[in-house]
Order: sequence, then C-alpha cells, then structure tokens
Amino acid sequence: MTQTRCTDQVILDLWHPLAAVSELPVGVVVDTVLLEERLSLAADSAGKAAVWRSRPEIAADNPVDIAALGGTLPVKIAYGYVWTSLGNPPADIFPIPEYAEADRRRLNAATLGVNVSAPRAIENFLDMGHFPYVHTDILGAEPHTEVKEYDVEISVDRDEILATRCRFFQPMASTASDGGADVDYIYRVPHPYCSVLYKSSPLDESRLDVIAVFLQPVDQEHVRAHMMLCVLDEDNEDKVIKRFQQTIFGQDKPILENQFPKRLPLDPRAETPIRADKSAIAYRRWLSQKGVTYGVIPAAT
Amino acid sequence: MLDLAKTRWHPIAAGYDLPLRHVFHGQLLGREFAVWRADDGYVNIWENRCLHRGVRLSIGINDGRELKCQYHGWRYSNRTAGCTYIPAHPADAPARTITNRTFAAVERYGLVWSAEEPQGEVPEIPGLAEGELLALRGIPVNAPADVVAARLKGYRFQPNAALDGKDAKVAVEASNDFTVALRAVEGGAATLAAFFVQPVDSNRSVIRGVLDGKVEGAARLAVLRHHNELLSALRVAVEAEAAHKPAPAPLEPVIERVSPELAEMPEETKHGRKATIRVQVARKWPAADGIAGFELRPIKGLLPTFQPGAHIDVHLPNGLIRQYSITNGPGESDSYVIGVKLERDSKGGSTCLHETVREGDVLAISEPRNNFPLRRDAVQTLFIAGGIGITPLLAMAQALKNQSLAHELHYFAQNEAQLAFPEKTSTLGASLKPHLGLSPDQTGAMLREILSGYGPDKHVYLCGPGPMLEAARHIAAEMGWPETAVHFEYFKNTNVIDDSTSFEVALARSCMTLTVPAGKTILEVMRDAGIDMPSSCEQGACGTCLATVIEGEPDHQDVYLNDAERKSGTKIMTCVSRAKSARLVLDL
Repeated sequence: MTQTRCTDQVILDLWHPLAAVSELPVGVVVDTVLLEERLSLAADSAGKAAVWRSRPEIAADNPVDIAALGGTLPVKIAYGYVWTSLGNPPADIFPIPEYAEADRRRLNAATLGVNVSAPRAIENFLDMGHFPYVHTDILGAEPHTEVKEYDVEISVDRDEILATRCRFFQPMASTASDGGADVDYIYRVPHPYCSVLYKSSPLDESRLDVIAVFLQPVDQEHVRAHMMLCVLDEDNEDKVIKRFQQTIFGQDKPILENQFPKRLPLDPRAETPIRADKSAIAYRRWLSQKGVTYGVIPAAT
Repeated sequence: MLDLAKTRWHPIAAGYDLPLRHVFHGQLLGREFAVWRADDGYVNIWENRCLHRGVRLSIGINDGRELKCQYHGWRYSNRTAGCTYIPAHPADAPARTITNRTFAAVERYGLVWSAEEPQGEVPEIPGLAEGELLALRGIPVNAPADVVAARLKGYRFQPNAALDGKDAKVAVEASNDFTVALRAVEGGAATLAAFFVQPVDSNRSVIRGVLDGKVEGAARLAVLRHHNELLSALRVAVEAEAAHKPAPAPLEPVIERVSPELAEMPEETKHGRKATIRVQVARKWPAADGIAGFELRPIKGLLPTFQPGAHIDVHLPNGLIRQYSITNGPGESDSYVIGVKLERDSKGGSTCLHETVREGDVLAISEPRNNFPLRRDAVQTLFIAGGIGITPLLAMAQALKNQSLAHELHYFAQNEAQLAFPEKTSTLGASLKPHLGLSPDQTGAMLREILSGYGPDKHVYLCGPGPMLEAARHIAAEMGWPETAVHFEYFKNTNVIDDSTSFEVALARSCMTLTVPAGKTILEVMRDAGIDMPSSCEQGACGTCLATVIEGEPDHQDVYLNDAERKSGTKIMTCVSRAKSARLVLDL
C-alpha cells in the first residue's frame, strides 16, 4: 500500500467527505486534497463517482470516463457528498435517518476552507456559549448568555457522543412571535470529524431541522467544511437558506482561525473547561480513548 | 543565545501602538502577546490566548478596564489578568485562580519593553533623555536579530539639523547583539540614534529606532522619511544576506499548563480564614457623614482579582476581624477601596478603624471572596441599598454601567450628607436614585413602588440594615418576585444563636465522624479535626463556610440562605447552624 503522510490509522480508516455531488461537474476531473494527499474525483451523469490519487495524465478540468478508470480509492455517495477513505473504511457511514424523509429540503449550504484543525471546528459546532458573542442577534443576544445544564453521554453501542436537553435563548426564535425564546438542540458526534445537530423547527414543533458539518481534513491545521442542511422549509429559495448558514459560518471562521494552537490540545490542563463545555470535555476524552493523533496535540502519557 | 535573549529586556511596541482602547498584537522570541493600555494608563502584556479555548486576546475588546474575549465574552481584569466574569454561568463567581499569564512591562524611550524572564534593567543609553525623543517607525526585517544588529553598525544617516547634507560622520557609540547606538555629526549638527532590535522570532526582527531631541511639524516628517528610506534600504540588504543562509527553525514558545484544579470542571478552592495579604492605608477620608473611606494598596506585587460583590476580611490592630465589601469598579485593580460606618454599638471593629487606624498603617487582609455574585444576564437589575449597604452594590452598579447593561441603584439614607462615595456614585448618572429621610412606612411604600412590575429576567440585589432587608424581601415576594431573582447580603446576623444542642457530623468524602458538643460550632470541630474549611465572618452572614448536606436535617441559624435553600435542607452554614436530627452527613 502507498505510504501516506498521515500515520494515524484511526483517521486513515474513516470515510472523509470531498465534495457536494450537486456541485460536481459531470464527467470532468476535479482536484482536491485529503490528509495531505492529492486526490482527484469525478462524477458521471448517473450520479456515480470515482476518487483516485491524482495522476499527471488525468489533469483537472479535463473530461474523464470514470467507468474506464483503474486503481481507484473506495467511494461512497452519502448525504449529498462524495466520500472516500485512504485506509480500510467500515461498510457504512454513520446514519442520519432524517435524511430519508421525503418532505425535507436537502442542501449543501456551503463548502468553506478554514485554517484550523478539524477537532477545533467540531468543538465550535458543539458550543452554545458563543452564540451571543459570535452570532449576535441571530443565534443569541446579550444579556441572555447562560448555558443551562444539559446531558452528555458517550453511546457505547453507537460509538458516538450525544448531548441532549440543550437549550439556548435565541432572539426572534420563531416567526410567530417577536420575542426571543429558548430553542432546543441535540448534538451528535458520530465521527471524529463530523457532527450533526438537531434544532426545533420553526415550522413544525414536533419535528427537528438537521444541520451537519462534515470536515474534510486537508492537513492537520486546515479543513474544508461541508455544511449539510436537511430542513423543513417550503417557502424559501435555496439561496436564502444557504445564505443564512453561510452568514453563521462566516462569523465563526475568524474566531476559529485565531485559536492557538490550531490543533486541539487533549491534555486536560491545556485549557480551562467550564460546565458549559461538558460536550467538548466528552469529545476530547473520546478522541483520546480512540487514540486519535491527527489534528490534535495528544496528552503526554 | 536564546537563553540570553530571554533574560534581556526587548522593545515589543512603540508607545503610539497603544492608542485608547486598542489591543496590540506583539511578539517576542516566538511568543505572542496581547498588549493593551487600560484607561488608568497601566500597560498590560499578556499571553495572547484566552485560557478557556485558546482564542487570541489580541482580537478581544479593551473596554478601558477589562479585556473581553471575543469568543465567549470572558472578562479579564486590568493588571492582574484574573477572570472576573464567565457569561455562560452568570450565577457563579469564577474561580479566582483563573488568571492569564502576564509579562513585565516598562515604558522607556517612547517604547514598550518586556522580557520572558527579565534580569536587570531596560538598557540605558547615555545621552538619550526620556521625553526629548523621536521614536521612528518600527521596520520589520526577515532576518535574525544579531544579523540585523551587525548591519546596523554600518548604518549611515544625517543629523536632524542637516538632512540635506551628505557627509555626516557616523560613529558607533555602543553596541551588542540587540542594540546599536550611533552618533551622526556634520558641521555643528549632531544626532544620537539608538536602534533596538526586537527578536520577533528566530528569523524575524523589528528595528525600533529612537533619536535624541524633539522634532516638530514638517521637520519631523522629513526626519522620519529620511530614516524610513535608509532603514528600508538596509532591510532589503539584510534580507538578501539572510536569504543565502538556511533559515533557523521558528521558536516554539512553551505555553504554561493551567493548574490541575482548573483542568476539571471547577470547584471552589478551599482555604481557611487566612490573612495572606499586607496592605497599606494609602488614604483615609470621610466618605460620608459617619463613614470613613479607606484606600488599601499592596505592600508588594499586585492585589488579587476581585469581582463585584466580593468582600475581604480586615484583621485589625486590636485583634478583631471584620468583613468589608470592595467598592471598586471593574479594572480598578491598583488598590481596594472600602467604606466603614462607625457603629453606635461598635464592639471595637469600626471604632478601631475610625479612631486608631491612620494613613500609612499596614493591615493584614484576606484574599477577596465573592459569596454575593452578580449575574449579568438580566434584562434589568435593581440594586437597593440602605446606608452602608451601598458598598457591594456600588461595585456591582459600576460593573453593569461599564457593560451598558440596564440597572437602577436605589440608595436609601437619612440625608444627603450620608450618601457615601459621591465621586463614585456620580459616575452612574441617571441610574442612581437616592431616597432621603424616609420613615419606615415611607420606605415600605417606596420599596413597593420600586419592586412593582416584576418580569422575567429581572433581578434585584439588596444590602442594608436587617429590618429594611426583611421588609424588601417580603414586599418582593408579595409582588411576585421568585426567590431566585432576589439576592441579598446582610451585614450581620442578628439572630440569637442557640448552640445548646449536641449532635454527630459525618464528613462523607473525608470518611470522618465528629461530635459537635454544646457550645462549639461545626466549623470549630472540623478545624480541630484538621479539616481546612474556608470561613470569613463566622456569624452566618457572608456565605463562605457553606457546605452541602447529604443526609439529616439542618437547624438553620444563618441569614445567608434564602427560604427555598433552607427548605431544601441541602445547604448549611457551618459557622452557626446546627442539626435538628441526631446526625448530619456533609459532602466534605
């Protein structure tokens, strides 16, 4: 097998997202980088895709017949993205059952490059305390800054982190009333570099909107963040829904890029957690237990 | 070379890099700094990362008193770099030990100097007089500092008064790896220039030049341009030279680990009744009729970070210990200001402070403790002060004022002359509402008016004489204020303490069972058994010696817990309260 620059077998064996299927040109080579390896990919008109280590004779922007390609990497199409692996990936990607519900809008809100490690970006995604400061007047507003008690568990059978009973005050929480209200959230981390959140739907109280972030680790300190939406919304144009998420992510980007060190420190004494960071504490422990070393600063043993 | 560099003072910024309310991103030997000047003039040089999640504090907000992190709004105090507020948990006072790393700061020659492990003094350049100087623009150079300093020895320039000339003689007056002093002379004109090379990283430097003599107006611009052009040319030459050599590896600064107790979700630090700090009475003045103000300055070092609502124990020359609230606003960290009312029935505490303690005297005080924390997530906050009860509320009102959060400070007193600290209250503007000369009935009516209109996310803080607090708490309850929104602090516990009972106390975590006899408190018995328990007033008012009850029924005799907390039976003040059951199990 080809030697990879990344030597973290846990990370090598994972499925990693590369691009939104909806944004791939048909039958044309696209180049990208995963775990410091140059990769190329292409999709055909039937919605099939292929991924391979970049070759000089198959250059980007040129037409390609993927059926005729040999020596390709494992590939999967899931949740609107092309996924691949540089190791021995599991049979399936983690489940998001809501994705199959027929009445939902499924979109790639954005694919954005961020100069930070994937685990730092996951922690930001799990974090509610920053809403009033970073997403001011959208996801939170001063003086409503409290992160109320919530529950976190590491689900053994599913090998994922689950944070439930999360609530945070959101101004203009619903279109029906002017005032703010607590909004409910559930967070899952089913993959070291992917997280899924469920949030009360403003349209249907009994159901939850699903927003996921799938991080493509370009190297230890750079990611491409793919933002997946799976929401109940019959009225707004795609661009309106996308613009909202892009605004949110655009507000997080400068914060993430100013975190130091960029890799996530797993030493419990590297940073100062508070109760509001329970989910992040669980996430750091989970990464340590798995033995993840890529994109993190492992705790000294 | 690196070890030597670490012990030396280096310039990291020019004075003009720290304009009002700015945070400057500095760097020395690979380590980043957040550099900011508070409104009181103090220059803070801190590790450039928030202790919480590592976000650079150089992108934070300098509000003149505190630095606020952009990510989660954590606030750090001027001088001490101690965290004063964590918005995600508004009801909690942050552990005092959450303190960012600070570095020494000295202003000299129009530059700001720092060092990782300073030894000795900032370099002295003979002939360079403080104040009569012109600081040049810092010139960044991609080359090691010693290479830059070596090149600077050959730097040729004209004296300020002979810029048009070409024949200045330039002599090296002093030089080392980081400093070059040159004198240019042409005819009768002479200028001394000192160049300090700031080692930003192993392969990056900044040339910070200072010229003797003040130059004004157009001449100043001409001098600056003269050096800018010459130093830029020198930069090109040095970088060309450095490019021929392999670049040294960038320096990796060691980031200190946080203390072990902060690594887990924090619990309150434990400490007994200790007076660890020595302060000098820098000023004593009549803060109002019958109230003396004391400004307490540290004998050495900095005072610990305080939060609004915090108090200190003051150990008096006559052996008594008294508690006083810190009245300071945020960031006022060079001294603690307290107010002491002369009590008519003084047992010697207030009399001693009023009559015996004088300016210049040294007192022992405890570290500040905050058992009366201020939430800052209310849509409106009411402060109701009676007399000397103004002191903790004054600190709180100044904190909310600084953050532009809605509040009113209702201040009840007999007459105008009894309103304390007018120089502080006057800064509060229209939010200060004095109520003077009211009878008890009139006070009740006014409290009713103030406390009408309860709404969600409103909070009230009460401090004053016992009867007034009782009245205000009753009225608040009648008006629909939930207990969780009513916060209070009594000066003293006027309950008659019944210590006639005897019972057993089991300390669950210490695996110890103690017997509390009549005449002794739980706190005393625990102390005797070697359990280190923090305490302060030791009369059931301040809240320091709070313990969690796991089993058994407490006999509450304090004035700190509210009714809901009492009924829950899960908390106890170990300095005065006892047990109704034969046995209490405490989480200690």
